[in-house]
Amino acid sequence: MTTGLLTFLVLILIAIAIWQLTKIFDLSQAKADNSQVANDKDNNINGYLMMGFLMFIYAITIISFWKWGDLPLIGNSASEHGSSVDTLMIISMVLIFFVQTVTQALLHYFAYKYRGEKGRKALYYADNDKLEFIWTIIPVITLAGLILYGLFTWNEIMDVNMDDDPIVVELYAQQFNWKARYAGEDNVLGKANVRLIDLGDNPNILGLDREDKYAQDDIITQELHLPVGRKVVFKMRSQDVLHSAYMPHFRMQMNCVPGMITEFAMTPTKTTAEMRETPKIVNKVSRINSIRAAKSKELAAKGEEALEPYEFDFLLLCNKICGESHYNMQMKVIVESQEDYDKWIAAQETFGK
Amino acid sequence: MIAKQYLITGIIMGVIGIMMSIFFRMQIAWPKESFTIFEIFLGNWAPDGVLSADKYLALVTIHGTIMVFFVLTAGLSGTFSNLLIPLQIGARDMASGFLNMVSYWLFFISSVIMVLSLFVEGGAASSGWTIYPPLSAVPEAIPGSGLGMTLWLVSMSIFIASSLLGSLNYIVTVINLRTKGMSMTRLPLTIWAFFVTAIIGVISFPVLLSAALLLVFDRSFGTSFYLSDIFIQGEVLHYQGGSPVLFEHLFWFLGHPEVYIVLLPALGITSEIIATNSRKPIFGYRAMVASILAIAFLSTIVWGHHMFISGMNPFLGSVFTFTTLLIAIPSAVKAFNYITTLWKGNLQMNPAMLFSIGLVSTFITGGLTGIILGDSTLDINVHDTYFVVAHFHLVMGISALYGLFAGVYHWFPKMFGRMMNKNLGYIHFWVTAVCAYGVFFPMHFIGMAGLPRRYYTNSEFPLFDDLADVNVVITLFAIIGGVFQLVFLYNFFSSIFYGKKATQNPWRSNTLEWTTPVEHIHGNWPGEIPHVHRWAYDYSKPGHDEDFVPQTVPMKEGEEELHH
Repeated sequence: MTTGLLTFLVLILIAIAIWQLTKIFDLSQAKADNSQVANDKDNNINGYLMMGFLMFIYAITIISFWKWGDLPLIGNSASEHGSSVDTLMIISMVLIFFVQTVTQALLHYFAYKYRGEKGRKALYYADNDKLEFIWTIIPVITLAGLILYGLFTWNEIMDVNMDDDPIVVELYAQQFNWKARYAGEDNVLGKANVRLIDLGDNPNILGLDREDKYAQDDIITQELHLPVGRKVVFKMRSQDVLHSAYMPHFRMQMNCVPGMITEFAMTPTKTTAEMRETPKIVNKVSRINSIRAAKSKELAAKGEEALEPYEFDFLLLCNKICGESHYNMQMKVIVESQEDYDKWIAAQETFGK
Repeated sequence: MIAKQYLITGIIMGVIGIMMSIFFRMQIAWPKESFTIFEIFLGNWAPDGVLSADKYLALVTIHGTIMVFFVLTAGLSGTFSNLLIPLQIGARDMASGFLNMVSYWLFFISSVIMVLSLFVEGGAASSGWTIYPPLSAVPEAIPGSGLGMTLWLVSMSIFIASSLLGSLNYIVTVINLRTKGMSMTRLPLTIWAFFVTAIIGVISFPVLLSAALLLVFDRSFGTSFYLSDIFIQGEVLHYQGGSPVLFEHLFWFLGHPEVYIVLLPALGITSEIIATNSRKPIFGYRAMVASILAIAFLSTIVWGHHMFISGMNPFLGSVFTFTTLLIAIPSAVKAFNYITTLWKGNLQMNPAMLFSIGLVSTFITGGLTGIILGDSTLDINVHDTYFVVAHFHLVMGISALYGLFAGVYHWFPKMFGRMMNKNLGYIHFWVTAVCAYGVFFPMHFIGMAGLPRRYYTNSEFPLFDDLADVNVVITLFAIIGGVFQLVFLYNFFSSIFYGKKATQNPWRSNTLEWTTPVEHIHGNWPGEIPHVHRWAYDYSKPGHDEDFVPQTVPMKEGEEELHH
């Protein structure tokens, strides 16, 4: 309570201090030119500051790229469609940075170059149809290109069909965890409805229809195993609120909506083991582990347990606000060879059993 | 008077909204740490000074609601539409003074209810400012969806009524009460922006009202508009047949135009201030009006880009990608026209001018990333990550806030008859400008690293451990930026009482509001209403001695009016 009061007083004091400093600053201005309208000196200073600010924008861009440039998930995708998403991303990014660099330069340079001066007269220049036509038509053409490329990719990704013998997996969301349901040998998911959920002695946690013959061989798991190179058709379901099945490394995301089934199809191209070997992930893991090691030292000094070293795994995250523990709703995703997958799935219990 | 009421209410709400953002940024940077300041301001939302997980979501939700609706819709549009529409078109007052008063007091009541909702059992609404059901509909899902959510809905319904009354009044006033000579093509761009904003508001706000009413029905009267097949806390709820996607459609049918309801007035204010302070006509007046109209039209048919991965038919996604990227065209035209207006100008660096230039800068930076988010393919991986947070804060949050500040600095003499201190204005601008980029630029990177928004802490994922230092940097910039708004508050309130007395036309501007006496009088002009003889942008016109020619000055013999 006393520390609370003390902090409160300190806060008030800081606020008063800033207020008073501002006031002193304010009063000290009184004798100078007091019109409060910018004069040549102000124009000059702020003109130069505009150039300075342009430098600041470039600096923060460069620093961000230098320090955090390898954070973005671009390149090194682990799914088939992921690489075309990345290509489009790179094209768009290059375009954006080009336009950003040029327009910010023009804006701030003009602000500096044409800073006001007593007695100078601005150019009376109100219209130029040709110029305006040019900078309307250039975005039109560029955007048309982007739109076309984007839409082709989008249609390809979103065309969820049963070609190429995919495996069918249901991703089932609830506050605050995920379950996976494999369609089993018949590769058809049994019917299900939340009204059939039974948490009793003979549990039926996903509400499968016990009478449905397709449901008998369904397999419910806590981990998502996928064979590499084989197309997966995901069917998403949620039992309570909106969730979103987000697997960033596969460039995949789809909302899980109570009352309907949503879909997404993709083909993993790298096993977990292969992904761990890629230079990007190797770098990331070593960076994270040095951070964790430093933190562990701190914890050890306080007599607490050290953090486990991090090993990369694909993850399924929830990416739609879903309640109190939204921040910790995850499932491990393991991509492995067809044989390993077959072995794993054979060891799981079917629903009908 | 009503403008001042709107502005001051908006400022108070803004202080609350910004403080909330600092609190939750502190939690993200230093997760689960105990802060005494939390104990003081958040009380039992932060037992022992540690912010609790569901109250983190409440803070995020109410921050969004307050900033979007109460500060940037009512505070910005409400203030400057009420102030400038009658003054700049040459009217004695708004068409209906009564509607005007009702609209302010409804806004005031809704603000009070929204603030009260922070103190009720279960806490304030916590399902994000987009209040997607079922999370917002089922109290079992999160404590904030109890009484807090009910009050949110009541408050917003009243807010919508207020906004509609205001908008109708603006539209009628602009159409009917223009003075002699003030043709639509001579209107200042501020008025064009307010006028079109009001029209978008009238078209889209009722849809939000219906969305909210149906949600009230689902919550309180057992209907199933948005809800179906829900099993929660061991029980099946009776709802059957509804769809949350319907709510998303209805919400974003307002939600997207809302972005432009917030932004267009800021752009209008910027147009006016950049022209005045460049001592140059705004470049491409007709193109500016055309792009306002184009943006307004397109803004009502792009809402689906918030829903690419909602489970909506992917074909619709294609359509919305197409319309969304189209909106980049008028936006680009506006940005280019602002830049050209500066070219060969004689720039008077008043604080309002700095904020206007700052607006163009953040509008470009934030707008460009819209090209990524508007593309359904790219949206898959950055949807609902911090990339989105960075994008919309720059393009509508910060930009509109700059528009608000620019307007306050520029029209303070009109509202209060006194000047604000320019040097404090400069400090305010430069610190804010640096901090705004410091907060939101690095945020793009953690978003592209796949970090979802609305996570109470990222420490449950070792995958995100290397993002922790970026988050600390962001939070530090946010705290500095937030604290320096005190400079503005001081400047604002002390200038009301002690500021230097203003002259009649301190910025040497052309528009009609500067022909009224400094001290506000009833009916705006003491004698006849002035007649208008030219457009608002005859700055530095050859053949005139001064570098500005007010709209009331008749054409000289042989002088040509620009054809527009």
